[in-house]
Amino acid sequence: MNQKKYFYYPGCSLKGTGKSYEKSLLAVFKYLEMDIPELPDWNCCGATTYMSIDELASFKMAVRNLSIAEKEERDIIAPCSACYMVLNKTIHFIKEYPDIREKICEAVKKANLKEVYEGKVKVRHPLDVLINDVGIEKIKSKVKRTLGGIRVFSYYGCLLTRPFTEFDNPRYPVNLDRIVEATGAETVESALKTKCCGGSLSGTIEEVGFRLSYLILREAKRKGAHLIVTVCPLCQFNLEVYQDRMEKMFKDKLSIPVIYFTQLLGVAFGIDEKELGFNHHIIYPEILYQKAAV
Amino acid sequence: MKSVKHNGEIRIGVYICHCGTNIAGKVKIEEVVKYAQNLPNVIVARDYKYMCSDPGQDLIKKDIKELKLNRIVVASCSPHLHEHTFRKAAEEAGLNPFYFQMANIREHVSWVTKDSKEATEKAKAMVKAAVYRVVFHEALEKKKEKINPDVLIIGGGIAGITAALTIADAGKKVYLVEREPSIGGHMAKFDKTFPTLDCASCILTPKMTAVKDHPNITLLTYSEVENVDGYVGNFKVKIRKKPRYVDIEKCVGCYECIKNCVYKEGKFPNEFDEGLSKRKPIYIPFPQAVPLAAIIDPATCIQFLSGKCKKACQEACERGAIDFNMREEIIEVEVGAIIVATGFKIFDPSQIPQYGYGRYPNVYTSLEVERLVNSSGPTGGEIILRDGRTPKSVGIVHCVGSRDKNYNIWCSRVCCMYSLKLAHLIKERTGAEVYNFYIDMRTPGKGYEEFYLKLMEEGVHFIRGKVAEVTDWAITPEEEGKLIIRVEDTLIGVVRRIPVDMVILSVGLTPQPDADEVRRLLNISCSKEGWFLERHPKLAPVSTFTDGVFIAGACQGPKDIPDTVAQAEAAAAEALALIDKSEITLEPNTAFIDEEKCSGCHVCIALCPYSAISFNEEKKIAHINEALCKGCGVCVAACPSKAAQQRLFLDEQIYAEIEGALV
Repeated sequence: MNQKKYFYYPGCSLKGTGKSYEKSLLAVFKYLEMDIPELPDWNCCGATTYMSIDELASFKMAVRNLSIAEKEERDIIAPCSACYMVLNKTIHFIKEYPDIREKICEAVKKANLKEVYEGKVKVRHPLDVLINDVGIEKIKSKVKRTLGGIRVFSYYGCLLTRPFTEFDNPRYPVNLDRIVEATGAETVESALKTKCCGGSLSGTIEEVGFRLSYLILREAKRKGAHLIVTVCPLCQFNLEVYQDRMEKMFKDKLSIPVIYFTQLLGVAFGIDEKELGFNHHIIYPEILYQKAAV
Repeated sequence: MKSVKHNGEIRIGVYICHCGTNIAGKVKIEEVVKYAQNLPNVIVARDYKYMCSDPGQDLIKKDIKELKLNRIVVASCSPHLHEHTFRKAAEEAGLNPFYFQMANIREHVSWVTKDSKEATEKAKAMVKAAVYRVVFHEALEKKKEKINPDVLIIGGGIAGITAALTIADAGKKVYLVEREPSIGGHMAKFDKTFPTLDCASCILTPKMTAVKDHPNITLLTYSEVENVDGYVGNFKVKIRKKPRYVDIEKCVGCYECIKNCVYKEGKFPNEFDEGLSKRKPIYIPFPQAVPLAAIIDPATCIQFLSGKCKKACQEACERGAIDFNMREEIIEVEVGAIIVATGFKIFDPSQIPQYGYGRYPNVYTSLEVERLVNSSGPTGGEIILRDGRTPKSVGIVHCVGSRDKNYNIWCSRVCCMYSLKLAHLIKERTGAEVYNFYIDMRTPGKGYEEFYLKLMEEGVHFIRGKVAEVTDWAITPEEEGKLIIRVEDTLIGVVRRIPVDMVILSVGLTPQPDADEVRRLLNISCSKEGWFLERHPKLAPVSTFTDGVFIAGACQGPKDIPDTVAQAEAAAAEALALIDKSEITLEPNTAFIDEEKCSGCHVCIALCPYSAISFNEEKKIAHINEALCKGCGVCVAACPSKAAQQRLFLDEQIYAEIEGALV
């Protein structure tokens, strides 16, 4: 069987606020003996403010990344939900609207790339790769420390499953729960799996953004979760770093660790704690090391 | 013209119809008559204002007798309309009716041609084609076949029961086959029926008993139709009787075996109660079951699983009805007509995860609630939640899986009304606040709109909007411990959160999952969704494209009880009309095989849409069953060696027609 080939596309988050995501992701893939070199000469995906100010410009930025990956015929692994969304959105627009495709092509030519993206490679989320390419059985077999007794709130955020995901149910996704359960941890059932964390509102209209984040944190507490596991750097950031301000705003005690699913997997795989980037977090997930059986 | 292969002189009469101004307004009739008069073999050509009228037909009859005509051509409307009329006229004048040909100069000419001159020329060409063709016509015999007066009915719900009783009361013998251990179908599960609120079992049970007691009905429960052979009037049917391990002739339904079963309490989900109660491996499906006899489920019975049961049930049965060695049985019956009444399945709401069915214990399907409100149901008719509390507020979500292109596009037609009924029953028995969430209210039956108004007066809440999700996500203290229905109220234009104790999902109706197998078995058609297809949605609603096979009830599409019963009676009437004739006349324009030419290549067998062609293993050639052949001509077109031919469409007839039209 032909081994699938990938490029890792970090985007701005995994090099900045989501450093622990990058560290743990690379560690986990290394542990699974999968080669994911970084996409050479990558640029911004276009998901930042570009998308709301000049959509076409965001497509142009995205398509350059796609075309580079296609040259080597490697699927793009995009761990950030926003990158994942905008790259897939660009593919969708290229396919559906020939006039947009034409306009985007110009950008690719200016970047001295001969081939315009043809649809030969896909944009994948690491969760998709783990579930569908690696397989849950293999993941289970690699677990060295089972995380029994830990109650996990698996939080997908709004972007990963909508509108461009084919690998999970958009309304009630389950793949992250399957990963969590593979580590031996317990998932808590929740209707808020795909509700918005507030996105960039936390930086612009605080009271709206914080309220949305707070509702998710409160629900996790209400359901008795020890920690929240996310797949998206913005969700992780919103849910974790503003907790002290939310505590004041809503007069409620929170302090719930919010970690990436790759960190959870890393702990279960027995990867050294330092390699998983917990030092970048404000709330240290002590519970993982208290309860987890060695 | 080519040499003519026939005996004696050909004497053709040509009759051109004006059809009022339908034809005469465009086609110059006089010209066509003159033209026809000069065609070979034509003895006479006439025109008339309405050829199909009695004087028009008399014209033809008179000419046949006086001018000794032996071929007739009528140029008028479509053969669909009047071919039969003119064939009959010819027959009455003493001519074989198949020495006749019709030219369609209305639909094919005057109605679709703008220019009068062109229309006249085209009419001439078509008359000439008919004149050339009719020379080669042959006298054909209409064959007759005897009809077996017995009827098979598949499905023992209210449709099958009604049809069976109607036919049996007319003095005909009926075989009623039901795959479940008891007849009754979905209706037996309901408590009340809308809009009259009469008790479902009170009106159904007497009918079920009547079926069992009727001398003309052979009831075969826990049985499935295995194979159907033959054709209209003469079907041969194989029925598989599954072993129920209890002799229904000996069992009187005394419950002693069930009481003495080694299981003290029921342990397995009771299918009849939608899994809301538990049954033992030996059980009676429900108190009014017909036949009222126990059944053993080998998948849960210790004796079948390990062979090490002390068989207390067998000891307890004084009548010795229990027989662990019972085997499957195949019985064969012969019938003249078949009625399919296999019903529906309910939509599985776990396909819509945002409604929480299967995750939140207090989210129910409507059919589960039908069992809850039923006095012989799992709670004795009490409406209680899974933890025993009585709900103080209930939300009923309409159109679950219906009118939704992600699931089922069609309206399920009954869910508005049964939702109203459940709302009424719940309010009456618990006093709970009841909310109905609907997209549109559809109450188009007799007394239905009045029922809707009554419910509004009772204080049931109606909120227009498709429910987005059902969650346990409490935001305020009042929502704690409740299910929250989030919905856009499209009448006031806001998103609302309604906290309730119980959510009822009004699930839609879907075709039976094995509809395709049943369709193949009977050689009938399905819509792409899986509902059986009627011959014509308005004018032949219970007939199928297979003669002698009729459909009734929800297997044809979602239907309420009154419509189902009406349709079942219609299907029974159609079946009776067929078998009462005691013989059928078969159209002679069927295909046949020229045995000397057939190479036995099988091409025609696979192509025949009516399964009319079989392979004669002895002669190694194809054989056409003329009773099944519909004269579609597919085999004739496909046959590589011209062995398959069709009467009335022989090569020489068609070539002559083409020659007439072109030359």
